[in-house]
Amino acid sequence: MSAPGAAQFCVRLLRRQLLLAVRRPIEIANPLLFFAMVVALFPLGLGPSPEKLAGFAPGVLWITALLSNLLTSDAVFRSDFDDGSLEQLLLAPQPLFLSVLAYIGAHWLTTGMLLALVSPVFALMLNLPLQAVGTLVVSLLLGTAVLSLVGGIGAALTVGLKRGGMLISLLILPLYMPVLIFGGAAVQAATSGFPAAPYLAILGALLCFAVALAPLAMAAGLRISIDA
Amino acid sequence: MPVNPSGMLLLAAQSLSLVRGGRELFCELSLEVYAGQLWQIEGANGAGKTSLLRILCGLSRYGFEGKVLRHSRHLYVGHQSAVKALLTPRENLAWHVSGERHNTNQKIEAALAGVGLYGYEDVPSHTLSAGQHRRVNLARLALSNSPLWLLDEPFTAIDKTGVAELQMLLVAHVEAGGAVVLTSHQALQVRCEVQTLNLDRVAA
Repeated sequence: MSAPGAAQFCVRLLRRQLLLAVRRPIEIANPLLFFAMVVALFPLGLGPSPEKLAGFAPGVLWITALLSNLLTSDAVFRSDFDDGSLEQLLLAPQPLFLSVLAYIGAHWLTTGMLLALVSPVFALMLNLPLQAVGTLVVSLLLGTAVLSLVGGIGAALTVGLKRGGMLISLLILPLYMPVLIFGGAAVQAATSGFPAAPYLAILGALLCFAVALAPLAMAAGLRISIDA
Repeated sequence: MPVNPSGMLLLAAQSLSLVRGGRELFCELSLEVYAGQLWQIEGANGAGKTSLLRILCGLSRYGFEGKVLRHSRHLYVGHQSAVKALLTPRENLAWHVSGERHNTNQKIEAALAGVGLYGYEDVPSHTLSAGQHRRVNLARLALSNSPLWLLDEPFTAIDKTGVAELQMLLVAHVEAGGAVVLTSHQALQVRCEVQTLNLDRVAA
């Protein structure tokens, strides 16, 4: 029997990454707890008036989701770099483009997707109008996937550095901005009763763009990091 | 592919030169590895053994001169064991990231037994010692279907009986038509011919 096909190998990597994540549940819980804590800070800082909070809610929820994603993106390739698995991944005969996509898929499933699914609870906490909650979830599902892909580029470029945490923020925060703009605008539109679909369509387009290009950058970044 | 009496050409390195930190490690180094050969790369610490192996396996792509032609699949075992502490040895081998073929449970158990880890298949790897981590990694050799093995210091942290068993595994692989390139400071005690490449002499 020869080496498994690319798709089969991706499934193997995805299962492996998900199992690793499940074995360390604290890693899954951390970004969610961070999200909860930061969202809870806003009523304290801005005052508890429900109307005021409802006005800020779309932006607050989106910025917090973005920061909690930033918090975890550093770790995507870190442990594999430390124990030598990353070298083996680069030498695998299967295309690295798809392998890194599997890594990012696992990262999104354990961070962004979970965050999007629990976000309605926090939306209610900030008095976001009910009609906008559905849009919030969909925009976060699409948007966090883009954030994971873009964050993966930063992670791949900084994985060889001892302290890459600060650098990764500087590298990828500018790239996060379009996602924040359209994600926040989608929820804002839904709050004011306008159609959110155009904004969600743009987020979907950003996702397609990122799926097509980010793995190329990640693969190149990993090869450079391992070569150095 | 050129064929010589000993077998097929698996890997050819042509006039490799490498400079690190202003020091020339090797210059115009050429190496041809045929099936059925066992190569040992020798040299003092810092002579460039690991650098050479990383160039041969393709992890280093830039920063050196020369060309490497790989005619077959190869398996690389580096300094790091590539064993995930959170996975059991069985899971580590079954879902290894090196993209080797899928192995059945029996094969994995046999490979682990072969490196002296019978009974450790399902314990978390973080409870194993450094030497046992190395052994989990070396179990990949028995599961591999790559003809060429590139091993960087494979005997590190392995006990005496383990070293003897590993050398027997290498000879069996070479006799079955594979090839091995390894770096090591110890002399190999094997019954087949060993080609040596001394990097100290190349530099001098």
